[in-house]
Amino acid sequence: MNPAVLIASVYVFALAAFLGYQVISRVPPLLHTPLMSATNAISGISLIGSLVLAGSKGYTMPAHILGFVAVTTATVNVVGGFGLTDRMLKMFKSRNAKKEETK
Amino acid sequence: MSLTSYFMEATYLIASILFIFALKGMSHPETARRGMFLAEGGMFAAIVGTLIGAHIVTWVWIIVGLLVGSIIGAWMAIWVPMTAMPQRTALSHAFGALAAALVGIGEFIAHGTEMGGVTRGALGFEIMLGSLTTTGSLIAAGKLQGIIYGKPVQFRGQNIINLGTFLIMVGLAGFFWIHPDAVIAFYSMLGVAFVFGVLLVIPIGSADMPVVMSLLNSYAGLASAATGFVLGNNVLIIAGTLDGFSGFILSVLMCKAMNRSMTNVLFGGFGAVIAESTSNAGGVMREISLDDAAMQLAFANQVVFVPGYGLATAQAQHAVRELAELLEERGVTVRFGIHPVAGRMPGHMNVLLAEANVPYSSLYEMDQINPELPQTDVAVVIGANDVVNPDARDNPKSLIAGMPIIEVDRAKSVIVLKRGQGRGFSGLENPLFFKPCTSMLYGDAKSSLTHLAQAVQHV
Repeated sequence: MNPAVLIASVYVFALAAFLGYQVISRVPPLLHTPLMSATNAISGISLIGSLVLAGSKGYTMPAHILGFVAVTTATVNVVGGFGLTDRMLKMFKSRNAKKEETK
Repeated sequence: MSLTSYFMEATYLIASILFIFALKGMSHPETARRGMFLAEGGMFAAIVGTLIGAHIVTWVWIIVGLLVGSIIGAWMAIWVPMTAMPQRTALSHAFGALAAALVGIGEFIAHGTEMGGVTRGALGFEIMLGSLTTTGSLIAAGKLQGIIYGKPVQFRGQNIINLGTFLIMVGLAGFFWIHPDAVIAFYSMLGVAFVFGVLLVIPIGSADMPVVMSLLNSYAGLASAATGFVLGNNVLIIAGTLDGFSGFILSVLMCKAMNRSMTNVLFGGFGAVIAESTSNAGGVMREISLDDAAMQLAFANQVVFVPGYGLATAQAQHAVRELAELLEERGVTVRFGIHPVAGRMPGHMNVLLAEANVPYSSLYEMDQINPELPQTDVAVVIGANDVVNPDARDNPKSLIAGMPIIEVDRAKSVIVLKRGQGRGFSGLENPLFFKPCTSMLYGDAKSSLTHLAQAVQHV
């Protein structure tokens, strides 16, 4: 990694941290479990690193196999994480929405 | 750079933006779901972008991995009950961290010798955080599921051994950083990090699980961010950092809600040593019959339910909702007061009650419910203990002194639903139970609530 790229990466990290702090401190305690589940699914983005490892050129067989396991676990997080988050969020209903449903 | 690479980078940028929008949507239950759809779109774009732009030559592993992962993930998403959410979340921290660690090992195998100093440093972080989070989260999941004994495991010199393990791990990482060809140091670091993860979580008791869950959340995210540094991939840095900071913010909030410092949670071994200063809360616990309790509730103006982990273990969320609805039909104002650390993970109680169809407008945070309690006729404590313990407020010698509580003892009367007369999992005596305004209703929370509902109907 050359210095220019490193500095750019540190910028990205610092800005993401700042933005994350701003955005996440506004999440009410009501939604803290879905938040954890959602950020978990989002950090399943390491799937893209796993995909490269599992199938890209320039990697040996042992790397491919490690990549395969990583693809599997990351996919579990992405699919399971988004699925569960949505299932949870569907349950949070306001009083009005609930009344309409029972009508 | 080829055209497909540009395309790939573009999908990464789009994914990053959509992820941030998704988390912004989380600020309100009404926008949260739409936000998550955006994140899903971003994730899909990034995956397609990678498959097109990353010079993929071997498809077998990718396809099988995606298939197997999707099947397990979908199975989890559909079948995991809401009461098992803490262990599921712990497990997903383990999976995410394992993926990060494996990518790190793969990168080391493929390009270990040609890495620059910065990349090697990031790789060290990735491997350490990834591995210790993997084993740590597995232990946490095991404790939450009840496979592993939930009480803190402690032994003499534990902190010294933990510190020693930590220093060895960091030392090995440093050695590897200076000597890129030290393969043994690299794999030893990996192994020691796995061990350290176990050591870090076994001394921690169930009551502190919300903090640990948040911390592991944070570590898993930072491991992903470190992966981003190793691969020079910005979307990984962004998503990982967001996850890392989210976990960090949550763990700080959880610590505040217990009035304890992070070091105290990690190295304090809470729940094992009980100070004698708490045992002076003697007196008589007054038992109440179902019918009397039902009568009190039915003729109250305002009732506040305060749930704790006992609600989850008894699976009583539906029963309490039925009781709440019956009371509301009689014109009683019903609210739920939720302490930030009630349950085993942040927001645990909210999810359970939402599952049982309690509207979120009835769910009140600690700071919102406390001013309401003096006007409350009956406060019903369901399987909660420490979060309503007045000792935290009144007794400076108590182990939980200074922890903010839901002040149910300020209500006109309190009914405590409890399985038996014993102490809670923290082992602390709770003077609330001996107050004249308090009465105890023993039994399984679910059946007590169901019977209360029946009794209320007949009032």
